[in-house]
Amino acid sequence: MAFTGNSRALPWALVTPALAWTLLFFVLPFIAMGFSSLTAHEGGGFTLANYSQFFTDPSYWRAMVNSLEVTAIVTVISILLAYPFAWILAEQVPERWQRLALMLAVLPFWTSYVVRSYSWLLVLAQNGVINRALTGIGLIGEPLQLANTRFATVTGFVHFFVMLLTLTIFANLKQLSPSYRKAAADLGAGPVRTFIHVVLPLTLPGIMVGAFLTFVLCIGDYITPQILGGNNELVMPQLVMMQIGRRGDFPLASALSIILMAVVTIAYLACARWLKIERA
Amino acid sequence: MRAAVRLAAWAYAIAVYGFIFLPVVVLVLFSLQATSFPIPPFTGPSLRWYQSVLSDARLTSALVNSILVAVLSSLASVTLGFLSAWGFARFVLPGSALLRGLITLPLTVSYLIIGMGLLVLFNWAGVPKSLLAAGIGHVVINLPLCFAIIYSQMGDHQINIERAARDLGAAEWKVLLLITVPVMAPAIFAGFFLSMTFSWDEFVISFLLTRFETTLPVEIWNLLRSGLNPKTNAVGSLVFAVSIVLVVFFELTLLRRKPA
Repeated sequence: MAFTGNSRALPWALVTPALAWTLLFFVLPFIAMGFSSLTAHEGGGFTLANYSQFFTDPSYWRAMVNSLEVTAIVTVISILLAYPFAWILAEQVPERWQRLALMLAVLPFWTSYVVRSYSWLLVLAQNGVINRALTGIGLIGEPLQLANTRFATVTGFVHFFVMLLTLTIFANLKQLSPSYRKAAADLGAGPVRTFIHVVLPLTLPGIMVGAFLTFVLCIGDYITPQILGGNNELVMPQLVMMQIGRRGDFPLASALSIILMAVVTIAYLACARWLKIERA
Repeated sequence: MRAAVRLAAWAYAIAVYGFIFLPVVVLVLFSLQATSFPIPPFTGPSLRWYQSVLSDARLTSALVNSILVAVLSSLASVTLGFLSAWGFARFVLPGSALLRGLITLPLTVSYLIIGMGLLVLFNWAGVPKSLLAAGIGHVVINLPLCFAIIYSQMGDHQINIERAARDLGAAEWKVLLLITVPVMAPAIFAGFFLSMTFSWDEFVISFLLTRFETTLPVEIWNLLRSGLNPKTNAVGSLVFAVSIVLVVFFELTLLRRKPA
């Protein structure tokens, strides 16, 4: 490529602003958080107390276990619900209606995240829609405790991730060449066998990507557990926010954030390796 | 057998649609409630809660703040993202893969942790909480997105158009403004639109980094403290309506252009 005299300076002039922004407002804050996590809240000075507090205090452990449990449950339920749904949209709905059907299926995805969790509170509250309906038809005498439970948190999350996963799985199914299915049919496989031995394995990498995305977004979310789960059963992001809000304890909040990030990184490494092996 | 599968498929699809739409329908329905609680029985329709939202100065100023932060942070994100994507796609830079990885790295970190990091940094540097601080955070989350979208769309066929322009004597800045930007317009617009929707909806960074002047999601969060309230339903329904208009606009303008 023949560029003029400024060709060496130009490319750096183009990429430097973005790099500088990332270093200044993403890498540097992370370093600051690392330093902060190693200082004592009272009086400063180097300490590992913030980390040891997490590893020794059972209530902190409990939050991490809750986070992992909720995330695992949400990921599994969301995939199990979304896969057949995406399959129906891609295979059973006539071609010309598919775009509309998909757009409708993810329409509430565009509501504000905070508002979406609040909407579930309306549905699940003590005197909310579900309890009024169930008592109205006489199925239950007393209203059920649905809000402020893990059930509510999981429901709110599943609602969000079913839409997200439907999008990714639908795209995956549509990318699948029809010749695979024709080949399977020619070789005498019925629809069930074709699905289990051909379609499902071919869409598995896409499912893994969706599952990882669900994991990352779910474990780092503060809004849904705070609005729907309440304070009965804390998850990690709630614990982090609590350190800042109630006590202004930045060092402990930093340490907890770093631990949470480490868990996500481990999951990513495990996932990335698994995906690579699949592809090879 | 085939008919049974079809019937089961329809029943399943309707059930999932029901699940997806249940909260939204409840939200909008009870925003029209005439009495003070957004719970059954339905007493409306009434527009009194919409009136109360529109006459609430805190909410309307938060709305203006949200739009301001979304537009400005998205402009910054898309500008930085576009320039760097162009630089990396058109020139051979040492350590290019590593540097590209660095720019996209924030995509893998949750908003809470990005917000926490900025809070700690700004706290040390003595930067006060403000809309500007939240806007900076929004650029951190949207810049990698804009970069990734625009970079992935910079194909080889566009290089030739740019080369032709250079051969005809155009200066670099002319190539950039008159050739690359128009050719890349769909990707640039997609990056800008996605940044807008993410910034418009972002809560936790704004919550951590603003104090008195804040954005709409944070103001809605503050409303939640009063429990179930039809006013929250009304403002939620309005936000939903804005998002739908944006999405439909996006569908009609950007996706139409591509041949089906």
